[in-house]
Amino acid sequence: MLLTHDIEFTLNGVKKRLTIDVTMNALDLLRDVVGLTGTKYGCGEGECGACTIRVDGETRNSCLMFAVDFDGRDIVTIEGLAADPKADALRESFVEHGAVQCGFCTPGMVMQASHILETHPDADAETIKRGLEGNLCRCTGYKKIVDAVESACCGAK
Amino acid sequence: MNVAEKPVITAESLIGQRIQKKDAPEKAAGKTRYIQDMIVPGMLHAKILRSARVHARIKSIDTSAAKALPGVHVVLTAADVPDQQPIGVARDHLPLKGERVRSLRDEIAAVAADSDEIAEAALKLIRVEYEDLPVIATPEDAIKPGAPLIHPAPLDAHGRPKSLPPKTPIAFAGKPDNIAMRFDYTHGDIAQAEAESDVVVEDSFQLHYVTHCCMGVSGVIAEFDASGNLLMYSNTQVPFLHKREFAEYLNIDPSRVRIIQPPIGGGFGSKLDIYPFEVICIFLARAAKRPVKMVFTREEEFLASPTRQPVLLTLRSGCKKDGTLTFRQVHTLHDNGAYTSWGATTPFVMMQTFSSLYRVPACDYHTTVVYTNNPYAGSFRGYGNLQATFAIEQHMDMLAEKIGMDALDFRLKNAQDAGEVTGQGMTFKSCGFKECLTTAAERSDYRKKHADNIANRNARGPVKRGIGIASMLHVGGGAKIYPSDGCGTILKLDDFANITLITGASEIGQGSETVLSQLVCEELGLPISAVTVVNNDTAITPWDVGVHASRTTFIAGNSAIGAARKAKAKILAAAAKKHGCDEGALDLRGGFVVVAETGEPVVELARLMRNLHFSDKAELVMTTFYYEPPSVHQDKAFKGDVSAAYAWAAQVVEVEVDTDTGIVKMTKVTGTHDVGRVLNRLGLEGQIEGGVVMGQGYALTENLIVENGVTRNPNFRDYKLVTAPEIPEMDITFVESMDGEGPQGAKGVGEAPAICIAAAAANAIYNATGVRMFALPFTPEAVYRALRGAAPKPHWPAWKPE
Repeated sequence: MLLTHDIEFTLNGVKKRLTIDVTMNALDLLRDVVGLTGTKYGCGEGECGACTIRVDGETRNSCLMFAVDFDGRDIVTIEGLAADPKADALRESFVEHGAVQCGFCTPGMVMQASHILETHPDADAETIKRGLEGNLCRCTGYKKIVDAVESACCGAK
Repeated sequence: MNVAEKPVITAESLIGQRIQKKDAPEKAAGKTRYIQDMIVPGMLHAKILRSARVHARIKSIDTSAAKALPGVHVVLTAADVPDQQPIGVARDHLPLKGERVRSLRDEIAAVAADSDEIAEAALKLIRVEYEDLPVIATPEDAIKPGAPLIHPAPLDAHGRPKSLPPKTPIAFAGKPDNIAMRFDYTHGDIAQAEAESDVVVEDSFQLHYVTHCCMGVSGVIAEFDASGNLLMYSNTQVPFLHKREFAEYLNIDPSRVRIIQPPIGGGFGSKLDIYPFEVICIFLARAAKRPVKMVFTREEEFLASPTRQPVLLTLRSGCKKDGTLTFRQVHTLHDNGAYTSWGATTPFVMMQTFSSLYRVPACDYHTTVVYTNNPYAGSFRGYGNLQATFAIEQHMDMLAEKIGMDALDFRLKNAQDAGEVTGQGMTFKSCGFKECLTTAAERSDYRKKHADNIANRNARGPVKRGIGIASMLHVGGGAKIYPSDGCGTILKLDDFANITLITGASEIGQGSETVLSQLVCEELGLPISAVTVVNNDTAITPWDVGVHASRTTFIAGNSAIGAARKAKAKILAAAAKKHGCDEGALDLRGGFVVVAETGEPVVELARLMRNLHFSDKAELVMTTFYYEPPSVHQDKAFKGDVSAAYAWAAQVVEVEVDTDTGIVKMTKVTGTHDVGRVLNRLGLEGQIEGGVVMGQGYALTENLIVENGVTRNPNFRDYKLVTAPEIPEMDITFVESMDGEGPQGAKGVGEAPAICIAAAAANAIYNATGVRMFALPFTPEAVYRALRGAAPKPHWPAWKPE
């Protein structure tokens, strides 16, 4: 018999109340239960950053969290960034700078980049590179991603 | 229609601009739906049970407990699929293994269930009894006389080889030895060339296992309709080949197979073959009469997707005192793994590098591709060329040093020029090789830094700086491997002068949708935003042989231009007729039919389109064009001009070597690529930068560790991809050699940037330290050992191919 737990959390600004299996992974909750597939499964063990989300303002690999850990938290996914004008500028910067190729790592990159933008609005390229260290990309060679974030940081100043 | 015709480029031309990728806004917003994100109503979830042994006979498989698990719909083993056919390049590979497993990745059983979790639980209930067989872990062991056979011919009840009737399910009749394939090529007189040589060098090189690491793991959904037609959602790079092959396996007409490609999370060559999981998914869907989805875990992607093949390579090279190259003699031994996929045929590309990178009067090349119990090798960006270039470009430096010539001058003296026909019959109609060399060297200040670094080798401090150069040659106008290397386009203009571009070419992240749109808009004088690309459905798109061989911009580009020019001719003829002018005096610009000479508008294109469509003599502007490049198949001696164009590059790598720790830091890459002509500057830069960093990983960090057939590091923690803080400074420039056959003069470039990074890095380490690296990757441990003379040099076995 499954052990379930009731959780209540804010997801992209909307209150959610769910009864979930206590062993459920947070990434699975987002993708399979609430259908927010912008957050990607890349490795399932916190190494690639494709599943990056924001939990109470901090970025986390959702694949490393249990869904019960969402209880009482404020969760923002890539879909939630749609309401954030600063994130619009960041996404546009990704597009303009050619920071997107296959695009699979991109939502996680944008999530991490938005956090850098918020916490280090004057970040230089080295700071940005260190900030993106936990996000793997196999297509772009990172340069254009760093350029995109740097340009957005300049714009945010 | 001559698609090679070049229109005059005006100030508002789209060619050479920085054009944003059409699919980027969706991807950046997390709205793109990959195979992982797709749900088909009623679908089941599938998992595969893989072998627990490296090499073994299967004595029994018991699936009864798995079948009894609630939520399990189908459990299949080889015994349940008596009609399965062997797959792969040599058809030596059954999707489900019944009698014998030959590697740890081997598929033994498959489950379709209500959820991934239930399928996973069911796998744990399957009992398999094995009888271990001797493991062959290296190609050297595989070719030893009397080595156990990995694919022995099937035996009858009396222990004699069975004579199998044709078209029996197991069509692969086995092998008398462990040799999967052989390649032999020669031009010129080696003995005479060697006699004329003043200097000869000979070394062995060891190239290692790496794998693609697509961020989007492999996955498919298979579904049959009520009439038994197959629909596959698949992130394959070769949808039309899949269509034909799946039909063959199901014994149905290919028209009854439809492949839809959702957006693809990276390919790099990993999705060029038919793989067991795809066929197994079809079997499951057929048995369950429900759609079945199978998506790999990351660990499975490491274990069961193809690899770049390990190669042991021995190279002899010679030159005269004046720097003229005389000969190259090469033996390579390839670890095929347990089955034959495209890794086995990479010698096609390797021999091109040996025979034709630089002018070389004599070349002798032999490859033996052998079965082992290791993971099997596939195609990976650069396709053998990285391995060949690693050896050649180190020998170029070594020969130059021996005759006391500057390494750059030595390369320039032997570099190919336009007009050259090589020993293999490749014809270089355009060639910016020398310009690539001089540009990369000048921009990086190669000569001065090279000399300074040598002078500073004995300076105080552990960190030594090095600079190295390497060059590459690769196909840039497709490669005639299949009966056709062509691509078709259908172009449709609607009554608002918007375009639907239906192309056979697939977008796998490389930006083909954007560059094809650009080429069409250039012809029709419309903005990129006017184009919708349809490129993902074999029921709609015309034939294309797939995304490989850096061919899409060239082949699909020429096809798109052909269709656009036919549409333009049709439009201008209609405009001329309607407005009583000479169609030769008209052109299309900025959404208008204009007077070519003055640019004065004649009629808005959208208005003209509506007139055409809605008149009583309605005519739709819908055109088709099929482009087949003027390349030829190589003959049995591997001679023939296999590509319509060839791409060149020179890359200079700068490193810092910490001699205390062995850590090599790649500080700067200066790359100059002959791209024929820059079409989309933004996309091109992205391809080159990505390729450079992939090459950096191949050189420094990536290593799929396979010990006795066991992959030891199937995860991103232990398989080290380069991360953002590690990337070098990159200075990328382009040489525009304006290829006569290329679309707007362009050549293919997708694979090129990854090819010579490792070779240039090896030369840079030598420049810094005076120590040669003969094996990849240059991990701190390997470099530390090499610096102390404790790295064993790769050793060619006491064996020569017959």
